[in-house]
Amino acid sequence: MKRFSGDISLVLGGAAGMGVQTVEALLVQVLKREGYHVFASKEYMSRIRGGSNSTEIRLTDKKRSAFVKRIDFLFAMDKDVIPHLKGRISKETIVLGEREKVCGAAPECHAIDIPFTRFANELGNPLYTSTVAVGVALGILRADEGVFENYLREHFARKGEEVVKKNIEAAEKGYAFGKHIAYHEGIEVRLTKSKAVESEILLDGTEALGLGVLAAGCNYISSYPMSPGTGLLTFLAEHSKDFGVVVDQAEDEIAAINQGLGAWYAGARAIVTTSGGGFDLMVEGVSLSGIIETPIVVHVGQRPGPATGLPTRTEQADLNLVLYAGHGEFPRAIFTPGTGEEAFLIAQQAFYIADKYQVPVFILTDQYFLDSVRSFKENGLQKIQSENFIIETKAGYKRYAITADGVSPRGVPGYGDGLVGIDSDEHDEDAHITESAKMRVLMHEKRWRKMEGVRDEAFLPTEIGDVARADIIIVSWGSNRGVIEEALEMVKRDDVAGLHFHQVYPLPKKVKKLLMKKKIVVLENNFSGQFTNLLKLEYGVKITDTILKYDGDPFSVEEVVEKLKAIS
Amino acid sequence: MIDKKLYDMPQGTDMAWCPGCGNFPILNIVKMAFAELDIKPQDAVICSGIGQAAKTPHYLRVNYFNGLHGRALPPAIAIKVTNPKLTVIAESGDGDTYGEGGNHFMHTIRRNPDITNIVHDNMIYGLTKGQASPTSEKGMKNPIQKEGVIVEQFNPLAVALSLDATFVARAFTGDILQTKDIIKAAILHKGYALVDVFQPCVVYNKQNTYQWFKEKGYYVDGSHDKTDKMKAMELAFDLERLALGIIYQREGKPTYETLVREGSEPLYEKSFDKAALENLIDTYK
Ligand SMILES: Cc1ncc(C[n+]2csc(CCOP(=O)(O)OP(=O)(O)O)c2C)c(N)n1
Ligand code: SF4
Ligand SMILES: [Mg+2]
Repeated sequence: MKRFSGDISLVLGGAAGMGVQTVEALLVQVLKREGYHVFASKEYMSRIRGGSNSTEIRLTDKKRSAFVKRIDFLFAMDKDVIPHLKGRISKETIVLGEREKVCGAAPECHAIDIPFTRFANELGNPLYTSTVAVGVALGILRADEGVFENYLREHFARKGEEVVKKNIEAAEKGYAFGKHIAYHEGIEVRLTKSKAVESEILLDGTEALGLGVLAAGCNYISSYPMSPGTGLLTFLAEHSKDFGVVVDQAEDEIAAINQGLGAWYAGARAIVTTSGGGFDLMVEGVSLSGIIETPIVVHVGQRPGPATGLPTRTEQADLNLVLYAGHGEFPRAIFTPGTGEEAFLIAQQAFYIADKYQVPVFILTDQYFLDSVRSFKENGLQKIQSENFIIETKAGYKRYAITADGVSPRGVPGYGDGLVGIDSDEHDEDAHITESAKMRVLMHEKRWRKMEGVRDEAFLPTEIGDVARADIIIVSWGSNRGVIEEALEMVKRDDVAGLHFHQVYPLPKKVKKLLMKKKIVVLENNFSGQFTNLLKLEYGVKITDTILKYDGDPFSVEEVVEKLKAIS
Repeated sequence: MIDKKLYDMPQGTDMAWCPGCGNFPILNIVKMAFAELDIKPQDAVICSGIGQAAKTPHYLRVNYFNGLHGRALPPAIAIKVTNPKLTVIAESGDGDTYGEGGNHFMHTIRRNPDITNIVHDNMIYGLTKGQASPTSEKGMKNPIQKEGVIVEQFNPLAVALSLDATFVARAFTGDILQTKDIIKAAILHKGYALVDVFQPCVVYNKQNTYQWFKEKGYYVDGSHDKTDKMKAMELAFDLERLALGIIYQREGKPTYETLVREGSEPLYEKSFDKAALENLIDTYK
């Protein structure tokens, strides 16, 4: 008997263009509707055809949002899958696939044969292979076949009755075969379904962020494609008509951010999206936003650098980049979502802070976060009022009026009797070039006064476990929330708790108290400990240890558990 | 007609241009054009980059976006798209527009937003003290190329024509009335309009002077067919005699702001569609 219960990792592996994506998309949808908690993450090569990619789908009794190294079921599409995932396959792993294609002549390869080619012939088209594969998985799990059939009916309705019929036939074949395998191999899977999950929403990081950007009233995006930032551009393009979003594909990232600023200046709500390399080109625009006090929201989806680095993999090494981007000194804010709920909220908060304080605001994500799919309750999408801080100007309006909180009421051209000028030179209240040292100091201090408001509104980090009582605090930011949550639960140590930051700059003053007299261990996906250093700088605290990873893959639950066990 | 004085800055406004500079007449011409076209200061935006020419918006009363070196055009596009009712002018130097901003120059023409691009072309970098610009003539001696410029001169008119700009003109700051008419026509033109205005830099460019230009320049006459693109190309390529006036103009090409969005109300007037968001969220169930 091979028993699996409560926590299953199912991995799909194959070359690009082989349909792994299709199987994954179908499978997670159906599993969610069946009432399973699912979490899917992927790793892929920077190529359109060939190579070896994989997606991990976790099915768990409790909601999880982290990658595990372990593979329970591996659906392999070709012979490169096993060598590619070698380090994650154990004796317990059940490998499934068309044996001839998966094993070739390799002697010690044990794969349970799924005759996809035969099925394709029977069905008259290899197109249905994905549906067969999903059917096999569901058969092994002994999931409810009806849910799958209903889904196929909905999903393929537009393509006509024939396609629906064929898909259902394919699903049935797969399902029957899956059950047959489970029986013959003595595989038993025990998972608790939850009614509540069925009605949850299921989305990846990009979609959660995109919905938040729409909720923020964004109506302008100008960007240049770069993985993994492109997804947001595509998302907004897809919904541009329904939401009246102007979508401009810029000639380069420099144009993108300068357009974004022009759009805000004229009264739009704009975002730009990119990755580290593209953001390098945008840096002048960040500095421009700083002095012209025109809002801008910048999404940077991180991937490993330097330069082109590992284009499709993950890292958290651009915190310093966004923290220090742009010459001169000016306030800014940086948000780092770790869950879908956070991404939705953060997108709105980013627009709110940018608009209210007229500063550049960053949403810093990474490939792992953007590509990972999770389900959660719809009311997890917390809406904040999307305010618009534009004023109607009067004659004699001064764009850079010096105020107590540093915020000069922002007019836009054509709305009111005033004239609205903005200037990248140091300027006076009227936005005209000045070289007066006195005015420079007044303006510089005015801009910096806004930082107090930005800091006062900073999000508090999320406490995981009992931070006040713990002696050791494990700190994470961005995409690592899920992995520290799960690992902390696994190690069951009363003396260790977690603190997750979904805003990393500016840091709220209050939190310093939480960190005093504790051992602090920071976990992040980079080499130099960028957030570690920021914590030291901002709070003056001592950091006991760091857990760092920079191989392009996300942390696995197993490796974090091991580290947490060893901490003393 | 609006009184031109409405665009004047208060008496005593400090100006950073050298006496005798060709920038002064352009400033005056732009004010005249605005006044004659009845464009209220509130309804016009001038976008500029950095350079001597790019300081223009500080010297007249309109809305302005004085951004970064080379980046007059991207904000100009976005402003026009955000609020199509505004008259948007991008006004900068030759270095700013054709050098640092060269990529934007090309791709703005491809988009064809309804904006006017006035380039103060003094064939030199003024603000940074006399280095060569893309439009500097081969062989021109300067602080960096001591023996003279060795690379090919940039031909803005030919480049614009090749990218299907629908309004391409060359003007001379020495001719107030003609230049004013060209700029007025450019503002009235629906689509991207390039006006390359020759503007002598009396301090750093001792080669391309008022005199030099008077000798080289001539106006295309009434017999010139503005819709003849090949003829326009021929004129653009002739650098021995410099054709002045509207070299090429074609109406009817759709403008970017009408293609990239629906409606023409300013984006800040649009209300947010909550129901659409609820519907979209539902699709993820
Ligand atoms: C990114 C950047 N690089 C360089 C400069 C320095 N700079 C300012 S203006 C200028 C050239 C200006 O030439 P042009 O656009 O022809 O204007 P002019 O002064 O001749 O009117 C340069 C190189 C700058 N401000 N920003
Ligand atoms: S440097 Fe040349 S272009 Fe600049 S203001 Fe002086 S004369 Fe004019
Ligand atoms: Mg110049």
